[in-house]
Amino acid sequence: MAARPIRSAGPATTLDGMAVIEVHELHKRYGETIALDGVSFDVQAGEVFGLLGPNGAGKTTAVEIMEGLRTPDSGTVRVLGLDPERSGSQLRERVGVQLQQAQLQEKIRVGEALELYAGFYRDPRPVDELLDEWGLAAKRNTAFKKLSGGQQQRVFLALALLGRPELVFFDEITTGLDPAARRQTWDLVRRVRDSGVTVVLVSHLMDEVEELCDRVAILDRGRLVALDTPTGLITSSGSEQRMRFRPVGVIPAGLIEDVPGVTAVTRSGSQVIVTGSGEFATGVTAALGRAQVLVADLRLEQRTLDDAFVALTGRPFDDAGDTTHDEKELEAAR
Amino acid sequence: MSEAGSPRGERAATAAGRLVVAPGDPSEEREDSALDSQQRDRATATAARPARSPELSGQRAPHALAAMTKIETKLFFREPLLPALVLALPVLLVIGFGLIPGFGDPSSDLSGQSGTEYIASIGVAIVLAVLGLSILPTTLGTYRERGVLRRLRATPVTPRILLGAQLLLVGGATVVATVLLVAVGSLGFGVAVPRNLAGFVLAVVLGAASLLSLGLLVAAVAPSAKAANAIGMTLFFPSMFLAGVYIPRETFSPFLRHVSDGTPLGAALAAVRDTWQGSWPHPTQVATMVGWALVAAVVAARTFRWE
Repeated sequence: MAARPIRSAGPATTLDGMAVIEVHELHKRYGETIALDGVSFDVQAGEVFGLLGPNGAGKTTAVEIMEGLRTPDSGTVRVLGLDPERSGSQLRERVGVQLQQAQLQEKIRVGEALELYAGFYRDPRPVDELLDEWGLAAKRNTAFKKLSGGQQQRVFLALALLGRPELVFFDEITTGLDPAARRQTWDLVRRVRDSGVTVVLVSHLMDEVEELCDRVAILDRGRLVALDTPTGLITSSGSEQRMRFRPVGVIPAGLIEDVPGVTAVTRSGSQVIVTGSGEFATGVTAALGRAQVLVADLRLEQRTLDDAFVALTGRPFDDAGDTTHDEKELEAAR
Repeated sequence: MSEAGSPRGERAATAAGRLVVAPGDPSEEREDSALDSQQRDRATATAARPARSPELSGQRAPHALAAMTKIETKLFFREPLLPALVLALPVLLVIGFGLIPGFGDPSSDLSGQSGTEYIASIGVAIVLAVLGLSILPTTLGTYRERGVLRRLRATPVTPRILLGAQLLLVGGATVVATVLLVAVGSLGFGVAVPRNLAGFVLAVVLGAASLLSLGLLVAAVAPSAKAANAIGMTLFFPSMFLAGVYIPRETFSPFLRHVSDGTPLGAALAAVRDTWQGSWPHPTQVATMVGWALVAAVVAARTFRWE
């Protein structure tokens, strides 16, 4: 698979190129609300596959169908070659899940929870090993509700990995975490992937998906609007970039305009804003260097998935979903 | 299974790979590959086994239920209020009233039953009502609201094991609390061991069945944990009054006594008192308890949602 050419060595490489999940033409509605409207995609073995979309886009419904927790109105799903609806418990033996809005009993201790869940699987990983791995050994006897958000998240990750899964679903894993805990959680997800487990990551956070995923499916109002690598999505949705800087000295007339790839030069106070495509930024800095004009506060504005989302759907991502409102309404409609 | 060949083994082996390894650390990597081959052996062994069948998780269900019941019991004792209400309060009532001089004598106001025996009987009713109308629905409502049941759905076992564990727990608590009441009454305050012991056991079992089914029904219809608690309490106080816990049913008008006979707790307390004194539960008491148990359980089973 082209998405991540550099991989950790080991048997994991043999997994590449196999479809772990095949979803075809999924439809699901709750009363009047259409949650999924003909969604199709494949998830390849060993990749981190992102499902991105504003709240209420249908991400969670799609995941619940893949987990066998919900039945689609029409369409087919194969997970690890099985039909989740008919082979649910068999599948859940091989699939780890980290669910949104699922907690443990308040006073259950970390060690107790892992021991309990270990008993649900045929060949669980040793609990002590998992506790060490996820930095929870010191919290073994701590009640679940006394843990910090980040620690609770690590417990859920450990629970998801207990049964030696081949595939894991992580649904909004960094919701409610502070920035430091989010970064830590991202590292944990990379560790899971590096161990050869295929990851389906559901998120409504652009930066998270951009950071972690090999490929991203963008859902909007129940439809798949794009499916590509994060870089592919960003570049295909438009190629122009902007650079800004504050020149120290006078820029000779026409110097920047003549650089190949530059499409516009504007001034805003002491700032110069250059728009262009391709390698224009390198050309501009080289030209400025030759003219011996120093620049300060140089910034190259990277296009992000946010821009890609606007380009794909015609509206900004933040406006697309009205916070958690839509999910609640969906929930009510169920 | 069709894919039991070697690809399956490879997949399981990698899936099981350790996560601790920092890439590029040679010492760790060696350890990992040793471990990896071990895991591959195991994975191939399991792949060769034609299992991974649904029955496997079925076979684990009894163990999972036992483990879950153990955890739920521990959690029960971690909420100090619960054991206090179920195990201590009824016994303390018997002790408190039992210490009143002359309270152990047969009383004509209580159809010939002694005051202490009556208090021990209402102790059983309190236990049934607290467990069935308060603890069970609130706990299940909370578990559903917090997504504890939802989380279990994502494992190979069914969330039914948590439901089963709760029923075993409250059933067990009923037995322990009842034995305590009988023991404290007879050892400390001259209350007879229920004279028709088989009838008494039948009364307690049917009473528990009807009240716990009612608790399941409350948990099933309540949209939230708060609602489960509120509905439970709304049933709790009238039930306690109508059963004759606050004031003996001997003081009731004939009409009120009929109403009392129709409620599950009223039938249960009447049957407990009758059997304590030596008779069998009256058929109408049995019918009332069985009827409530069946109707509530069937409706609960049809309406209960995991999330």
